[in-house]
Amino acid sequence: MARQSTAGDVSYRVVLGALSAVALLVLITPVVVVIITSFTDSRSLRFPPPALSLRWYRSLFDPVMSAQIHMAVWNSLVIAVCATTISVVLGTASALAIAGRRTWWALALDGLFMSPLILPTLAFGLAALMFFSTLGFPLSIPLMILGHVAVIVPFILRTTIASLSQLDRGLLDTSASLGAGAVYTFRRVTLPVIRPGILAGAFIAFMASLDNVSVSLFLAGPENDVLPIRMWSMLESTLDVRTAAVSGVLIFTTAVLLVVMDRVVGLTRRIS
Amino acid sequence: MLLAGISLRVTPQLEGFGLGQYAKFAGDAFNWSVLWQTLMLGVKTVALTACIGVPLGLLFIEAPRRLQPLMLFVIVLPLLTSVVVRTFAWMVILGREGLVNNALLALGLIGAPLRLLHTELGLVVALSQIEMPLMLLPLISVMSRLDPNLKDASAALGAGRWRTLFRVTLPLSLPGLLAGCLLVFASSVTAFVSQTIIGGGRMVLMPFYLWQQATTLFNWPFAATIGMVLLVAVLAVVTTLNALGRRSRALVHG
Repeated sequence: MARQSTAGDVSYRVVLGALSAVALLVLITPVVVVIITSFTDSRSLRFPPPALSLRWYRSLFDPVMSAQIHMAVWNSLVIAVCATTISVVLGTASALAIAGRRTWWALALDGLFMSPLILPTLAFGLAALMFFSTLGFPLSIPLMILGHVAVIVPFILRTTIASLSQLDRGLLDTSASLGAGAVYTFRRVTLPVIRPGILAGAFIAFMASLDNVSVSLFLAGPENDVLPIRMWSMLESTLDVRTAAVSGVLIFTTAVLLVVMDRVVGLTRRIS
Repeated sequence: MLLAGISLRVTPQLEGFGLGQYAKFAGDAFNWSVLWQTLMLGVKTVALTACIGVPLGLLFIEAPRRLQPLMLFVIVLPLLTSVVVRTFAWMVILGREGLVNNALLALGLIGAPLRLLHTELGLVVALSQIEMPLMLLPLISVMSRLDPNLKDASAALGAGRWRTLFRVTLPLSLPGLLAGCLLVFASSVTAFVSQTIIGGGRMVLMPFYLWQQATTLFNWPFAATIGMVLLVAVLAVVTTLNALGRRSRALVHG
């Protein structure tokens, strides 16, 4: 069927194409700009950089000069690993309890768990600070882990519930009628089906914990500094070009992890 | 957890008995302007992400199948990259010697560097990019579930591309668009890092105000009040958008 292209068709393609080009450009440019800036030779954030060098990476990896940053990275990693592990257990358990139920408490719990995605977590961070201080706990890494768990559980819950909806209930009945116990059925039937969902959620939750500002802002003290807060103060007070090098490392790591996770569990499909 | 937080917030206020903090918040015009500016920032960011996000979503569903994973990668990567990194990128782009200023100077369009950092415009543009994935992902997931036959049917009935877009595709994508708006609004209103760094100290917005009251002035009750006001304001917007979303879904399915 020959379709003649009218003026409307042409204008549609031009406008759509132009706007999309702008959008793609806007999405990609910042990442490229940061990577180029991280190789700058200068002390300012001039773009394009006057000359290229590795000096900021060298100073970033210097154990003495960047001791504070290294400690913040280490704290961030410890918190993210612990918080993700706890969240996987909690998130999977609650997903199993909530998924497919239409009772009022399941819906209420669902809403409660999802609320950190929408409502200002900054308010939660403040509440956590006031709660722990009222109880007389000094700020510490375990408290930060708890705070992070509360805001990252939703990511695991969401992907796990989505993958549970693909689980055929008939399979569970079959397994039970063949004499398998509840634990055995969970391990051999349910878990294999929902594993990709859990993994995808765990990955997003891990990244969210690494990146969390709203809770850490209130719970981080001078001895338990974390990376995003450290970077924020590096940008806020004196402009420190090492931030560019840290950003370069972060972008690279994120991109590699994203490709790997996409191969393993089809991550990009699951997020959308 | 959140409910526990809310109930807690009443306790520090009880020491002073009652709603005094709220009265203090409501009594000062400055506080209202902070709240208003914060909410308007959310609205402007949503408007910009929607304007750019919708065409990209359309392009995504019309793109060849092999290109789609690559496009998703481009969309998701910024989402998983640290917010501080993305904010830093915009510092470089909008700075005095940044990408935009140097480009404009080189083209001879301006004589002296423009002030882009620490302005509301700069903040809105930067936040739009930072929150863009949150708009695109729900939009794409709804758009790619649309029946392509509908478009063909519309074309066969003689509708041009524009007409099909406005009468078929967009109305059917409304639930995704609203979900995206909701996420973008909620996160841009509370984007503490971007607001403080790109907005700068001169622009006081609710998250910074809350933080300042809590950690530098140690006025917890007032900080809690700011938190509650922000929470309720966001909740009100979210509920409204949700209600609209439900109506739009009813429109699509009924």
